[in-house]
Amino acid sequence: MHLLASTSCSLQLALAAMFSVLLAALLSPCLGKRSDLQRLAISLLIALSGALAIAAGISGLLGDTAAATLPIGLPWLPMHIHIDALAAFFMLTIGVLLMPVGIYSVGYMKSFTANGQSLAQLGIFLPLFALGMEGVVMADDAYAFMVFWELMSVSSYFLVTWEHAHEQNRRAGFLYLLMAHLAGLLILGSFAVLYAASGSFTFAGMRGGELSAGMATAAFLLAAFGFGMKAGVVPLHAWLPEAHPVAPSNASALMSGIMLKVAIFGFIRVTWDLVGSDAFIWWWGGLLLAAGSSSALGGVLMALQQHDLKRLLAYHSVENIGIILIGLGLAMIFAAAGHPLIAALGLIAALYHTINHALFKGLLFMGAGAVLHATGSRDMESMGGLIRHMPITAALFLVASISIAALPPFNGFVSEWLTFQTALLTPELDNTLLAALIPFSASMLALAGALAAACFVKVFGIVFQGNARSKAAEQAHEVDRWMQIGMAIPALFCLLLGVLPTLFIPLIDSVPQLLIHHSLAASVQAGHWLWLTPISAERAAYAAPLLITGLLLVGGLLYWRLHRRNNRILRGSVWSCGHPHLNPRMQYTATSFSQPLRRIFSGIYQPDKHLGNAYEDHPLIVRKIAYAVHVKDLAFDKLYRPIGTATHHLADRIAREHGRGMHAYLAYIFISIIALLIWIAR
Amino acid sequence: MNQLMFIQEAISIAASLMLLISFALLAQHRLLSVLHWFSAQGIVLAITTLLVALISDHDELYFSAAMTLLLKGALLPWLLWRIIMKMHIHREVEPMVNMPVTMMIALGLVLVSFHIALPIEAISDLATHNTLAIATATVFLGMLMMITRKKAVTQVIGFLSIENALFFTAIGATHGMPMIVEIGVAFDVLIAAIIFGLFFTQMRSTFDSLDIEEIEAKAKRR
Repeated sequence: MHLLASTSCSLQLALAAMFSVLLAALLSPCLGKRSDLQRLAISLLIALSGALAIAAGISGLLGDTAAATLPIGLPWLPMHIHIDALAAFFMLTIGVLLMPVGIYSVGYMKSFTANGQSLAQLGIFLPLFALGMEGVVMADDAYAFMVFWELMSVSSYFLVTWEHAHEQNRRAGFLYLLMAHLAGLLILGSFAVLYAASGSFTFAGMRGGELSAGMATAAFLLAAFGFGMKAGVVPLHAWLPEAHPVAPSNASALMSGIMLKVAIFGFIRVTWDLVGSDAFIWWWGGLLLAAGSSSALGGVLMALQQHDLKRLLAYHSVENIGIILIGLGLAMIFAAAGHPLIAALGLIAALYHTINHALFKGLLFMGAGAVLHATGSRDMESMGGLIRHMPITAALFLVASISIAALPPFNGFVSEWLTFQTALLTPELDNTLLAALIPFSASMLALAGALAAACFVKVFGIVFQGNARSKAAEQAHEVDRWMQIGMAIPALFCLLLGVLPTLFIPLIDSVPQLLIHHSLAASVQAGHWLWLTPISAERAAYAAPLLITGLLLVGGLLYWRLHRRNNRILRGSVWSCGHPHLNPRMQYTATSFSQPLRRIFSGIYQPDKHLGNAYEDHPLIVRKIAYAVHVKDLAFDKLYRPIGTATHHLADRIAREHGRGMHAYLAYIFISIIALLIWIAR
Repeated sequence: MNQLMFIQEAISIAASLMLLISFALLAQHRLLSVLHWFSAQGIVLAITTLLVALISDHDELYFSAAMTLLLKGALLPWLLWRIIMKMHIHREVEPMVNMPVTMMIALGLVLVSFHIALPIEAISDLATHNTLAIATATVFLGMLMMITRKKAVTQVIGFLSIENALFFTAIGATHGMPMIVEIGVAFDVLIAAIIFGLFFTQMRSTFDSLDIEEIEAKAKRR
């Protein structure tokens, strides 16, 4: 076995990570009788796999790259795997979430076994799902890539349909499976184009293929739509808000945190690596930018109007994928325009946001899982005041909320700031159309950031603050240690990545070195280790440690001012506006909080309001007012439904033709013979 | 030489008769007269085979001609006649498409077949090369008959007339197939006719009708 003999440490670590989840999937059915042991084994093996993936990723990013051929696959088509800087970065991204989710699962899945639910389905498909994602990242040929990709898609389908007794979950699962397969087909098409150009299935061969401009565009478009569908880019996102909420929370943390990133990985692999940055055409980046901007804004706008906590988070995934795409699109534009250094900055921004989103969105979904665990509901309108019962969960959730709202000192700020810095370099471009588009897109990004902040004020305020809106929320309890540790790890990473970008950016700098042969390392820390300077110190600089010191100082000062001795403090509940006695029904709700935005953006939302009043005997005396508002996803009504209906009509037509009698069949045969004869005799 | 010219003319006339009979088959309203014309088609086919046998030196074509006359001119029509008589179905032929339209379509098909056969006729040097277009047209008309008729019996006659036309095409295009093939095909057709007869009996007893549309409707209801 030359595999074991290979000297690369990173490759062995990555293989060990894959082996450990494979072992979990194989072990799980054997332990079906002893569900406690089963739960512990699956979860800890997943966590181990995550830890190994982190180690593999870091050593790969430090330059320990290698390739190997696995002794499995078809006889003439063995599986090639490798670890280069790009694969290593995404291994790291997978690892930093897989490990905490594994730990979290120990506690989270306890509620399932306590309810007597079987872990058989989760126990097999959760590890297989992780295996698929790790395999996609490690793949070095189109065959291995597609096999692992489908493994990832299909096993996550079983996670989505976990509670398949509900019809709604089965519908979500079907939509998910449908779109995953469509995406798989498009990706296969992209590889087919690359194969036609190079005659090789291996990525090494595809890189060497001679691509004409038309073929490169075809490969790019197929990859963009295929991976975009999987990543949930507007308007291909419809499956995402349906599928993510219904999966168990540890699975939805993985789906939202990593699976979407694996789609981003696939896109970078195909376009930047296989097609190559030399073949970029100027409008490709523009397309990405447009898709990214509409996803960022559309995602956050839809998120604002949700009151299902996990659905809201799912829409935020759409938003964040949009932000990543804006970074990638900017990088593509600058790479095509011959500014590789700025392109490297854009790429770093996109990658930075990729790992950030994996961390804070994973954390948010785990937090939502904790809340679901404690209250048994996903509906925000029935929560409230949870900060008193679950202080640790609340604090960790707050960290993630600040991160996703892109506020310093956490990590979300750094990556969005880098994206803005890239966008601010637009004057370097000669193409006036793009130069006009970029500021527009940057302002949409800014708006999305502000709206995201508003949205998480709403989430935190409604869920954790105020008074309990239901019995279940009143009796909520803090989650166990496993889940707390599982959530604390990504929170810690969020802080570290926010404070120490100057250490992290040189680490991931090997990715742009691999893809565009330019490094950012020289300019990032030109001045001092404290200061992050994307281009030059004169332009812009950010020092998170100093900022934190400042924040602590100001915070301490405020605390001291408030809590000076002899200072009387009056405490009232949040959302009471100073009124002493409000009952929980009189509080602000999620729906009322987002009402102003619903009015401003009513053109996009097209809200569907229902007002049902119940009167006493006299029509002027109102006994009860019921107000309900529904916001539909515009893409669903305007894009999906027409396509669905058209497909149905076509299928019906064909079915009717099938039902025709013998004469029709004879006529078909006859007409086709005549047509063929005429065609031959041309 | 003179005789050859004469026979070639005779073959052409026989070919036009074939086409004419195909039209006649399409145009008939009564089942028995369809049968008469079918028999006439078999006889013309036999005559054509005989004529081709005269100008080519394939002796087995004489045998072929005799077999055609017996089988297609007499035996098959008689078998079908017996079925019709036994089942009392000598009512009118029921077309799906009315007669004038059928005729127009048939005319169009003849034009198409001439268009198709033109390049092939140009490269053939057989004495019978100008019959190819007509032969193709007769195949088409047979198919048209199968498509536009409701009754199973008329469809079978359409099918058999396609077979006649294919035989005619073979004679015209290549001076006949090898003997063994021809005998095989002839027996196939005979057996097919017998099986059709059995089928008709079965269909009648199961569905109470030989009308395809009615049978389909009943089959759906089950």
